[in-house]
Amino acid sequence: MQRIGVFVCHCGTNIAGTVDVKAVAEALGREAGVVFSTDYQYMCSESGQQLMRGAIREHKLTGVVVCSCSPRMHENTFRKAAELEGLNPYMVEIANIREHVSWIHKDMKEATEKAIILGRAAIAKVHLNQPLQAGESPVTKRALVIGGGIAGIQTALDIAEAGFEVDIVEKSPTIGGKMAQLDKTFPTLDCAACILTPKMVDAAQHEKIKIFSFSEVEAVQGYVGNFRAKIRRKARFVDEDKCTGCGLCTEKCPQKKVPNEFNMGLDNRRAIYIPFAQAVPKVATIDPNYCTMLKSGKCGLCAKICGTGAIDYKQQDQIIEREYGAIVAATGFNPIDAKAYNEYGYATYPDVVTSLELERLMNAAGPTNGTLLRPSDNEHPHKIVFVQCVGSRCEEERGKQYCSKICCMYTAKHAMLIREKYPDTEVYVFYIDVRTPGKNFDEFYRRAVEQYGVHYIKGMVGKVTQNGKQLRVQASDLLAGEQMHIDADLVVLATAIEPDKSARSIATMLTASMDTNDFFTEAHPKLRPVESPTAGIFLSGVCQGPKDIPETVSQASACAAKVIGVLAKDKLTCNPCVASSDEMLCNGCSSCEKVCPYGAISYSDKEFRGPNRTTLIRRVASVNPAVCQGCGACTVACPSGAMDLKGFTNKQIMAEVDAICK
Amino acid sequence: MQVTEYKPKIVAFCCNWCSYAGADGAGSARLGYPEDVKIIRVPCSCRVNPMFILRAFQRGADGVIIAGCHPGDCHYTSGNYFTRRRMALLFSMLEYLGVEKERVRVEWISAAEGAKFSKTMTEFTATVAALGENKRLEDLRCKQ
Repeated sequence: MQRIGVFVCHCGTNIAGTVDVKAVAEALGREAGVVFSTDYQYMCSESGQQLMRGAIREHKLTGVVVCSCSPRMHENTFRKAAELEGLNPYMVEIANIREHVSWIHKDMKEATEKAIILGRAAIAKVHLNQPLQAGESPVTKRALVIGGGIAGIQTALDIAEAGFEVDIVEKSPTIGGKMAQLDKTFPTLDCAACILTPKMVDAAQHEKIKIFSFSEVEAVQGYVGNFRAKIRRKARFVDEDKCTGCGLCTEKCPQKKVPNEFNMGLDNRRAIYIPFAQAVPKVATIDPNYCTMLKSGKCGLCAKICGTGAIDYKQQDQIIEREYGAIVAATGFNPIDAKAYNEYGYATYPDVVTSLELERLMNAAGPTNGTLLRPSDNEHPHKIVFVQCVGSRCEEERGKQYCSKICCMYTAKHAMLIREKYPDTEVYVFYIDVRTPGKNFDEFYRRAVEQYGVHYIKGMVGKVTQNGKQLRVQASDLLAGEQMHIDADLVVLATAIEPDKSARSIATMLTASMDTNDFFTEAHPKLRPVESPTAGIFLSGVCQGPKDIPETVSQASACAAKVIGVLAKDKLTCNPCVASSDEMLCNGCSSCEKVCPYGAISYSDKEFRGPNRTTLIRRVASVNPAVCQGCGACTVACPSGAMDLKGFTNKQIMAEVDAICK
Repeated sequence: MQVTEYKPKIVAFCCNWCSYAGADGAGSARLGYPEDVKIIRVPCSCRVNPMFILRAFQRGADGVIIAGCHPGDCHYTSGNYFTRRRMALLFSMLEYLGVEKERVRVEWISAAEGAKFSKTMTEFTATVAALGENKRLEDLRCKQ
């Protein structure tokens, strides 16, 4: 039999104003097993805690019930106080008589009755409480960053600077991500490559950072502090260690007709290629879909001219396994496919381009060497129309309901750069709203309008059609209240951005939750914005929600700080309220394993004593307490009642039910 | 004939992460609901074994409500999906047993939805009160 102490808090008048605390203490004092019962003005105060500790000592209490505010508020306070007196902290239960009673009920008699019932339920539970010990698990002092864009690079650099090892896994042949494709960046107009490529080099040269480019994470197991990841290093048919990146092969390869994805397909590359001049690692990659040697075995030119003998046509995918303490998702984004918006003629007219294509058309390293030329006839466009919100803030199935956040600013940037470089060009921007929150952002937009004379028209474009050599843009001008059309040489679509297609499968792999738009969900939208609700999984960059570069970089650093917080610890304390299986009842049916979202349950054959001194071997479940998060899904799935959840056992919950229904 | 005002007994299972916090939110905002609702905290709505609900009815409860995170928002990723399926099964079983299925309800209430918590509990209490006492599953031996 437990020796239970009951402590009823007045919380000033917060509780005592509506609940007769003395009556509650008196009624609960008569319950079986209760050896001490009192009320006090502020149980959470220093003197309140002293009162509780004194009673634990004096009355040799084995269990404590505090009738007070929500356990979400002071459960830890009272558990710590109990622990100081040598009582197991998990022998303390809270009856919430403030948020759930005094604050919502007005009638003192009714409220007091309810408080007594909740107190009884807590006492009934404490009778069945068992002392629980929080376990410890070691921490692998290495982080995995999935995605090598600016978010992943920044997070990796910050973690590495703190002295911990980091692996970056990037699925494309080079790190750099979307930022590497950009021309200039708002609101300062410095060139993206000039600020990004030094960071890429820093990452490559950092002794603590290992870059696995052209690689993908295939499977993740484990839990915070102890993850184990399988990484597929895709065959690039070039030995990374031997290739010097001289680029000779990429000039001599006879297969010249491969759409260049880095330039958004606006020009062609060879079958063996280096994505761009500053690629990191600067290593050639053979595209097996186009390479004549790999397809038909007849060519081998690159191998002949390679001075270091780096070409290896027989290379195979390699699977490596690495251990990590924390994992960062930095999977980034892609623009949506503008083909869904047929009315703008993206699929039909070559002179309708997306903003990212325009970035390449204006980039000095792009297909036109930075001269703005129309894709159809390589002529200089004199009238350019920008269409904003293509797919953003769109209630239809084909679009995205959210604001993509960056388009207003990059469109202002494009308009400004074009007017600066080609003052004879007229630029029109169709918008729903212009959204420019951010440091120096609105000033930037106003400069585009006032200083550079960009024509902003509030209204949406209805249709784009061919009109001779030009494109006729039919639109409505909402402020003038009239229909209008502009004959343009080039139309630029500011397409919505969406999370990378791989994000969903990576989230599933990491058991990190996602919202309906496939952005990763943060643990708390305001107070824990870079952590996922799954312990040890962190979020960096646009995979969590649309962001511009400055915001991405600050979030990436914040994410690194959180990762360092995990890696700096030698041991992590685990939640002791975890599932455990009674091997004598378990029949090894696997029902629990199937519902466990964390893969915490495993099976093994164990020997049991059978009748007549025989030995029986049975398959039984066991729970890894460090992996189990204590949701209890398995306890309900278990048909034999072998699985139970510590701290919330079947018996405890039933006892509460009984006490409430009495 | 009894004429005193009938007060239903209602057990509310609330998940720790969303609905229990939602109940706390209702309290902080002083949004009242009937005293008949008594809350039991569980880590996740998927911890609620249908046995607990049957037990509550046996012991004289008139209504049971399970409140969890919105689908897709479960702290444990998928717990509330299990709840949803298990409760669908329980509903058909209750129907078979002749218990009005309105006596059991599953609701998704987030930590930010104190107002929804209060409104849901008020409505549910009214529904159960209209159905009257649960006699069908009550185990009279428990009355002693």
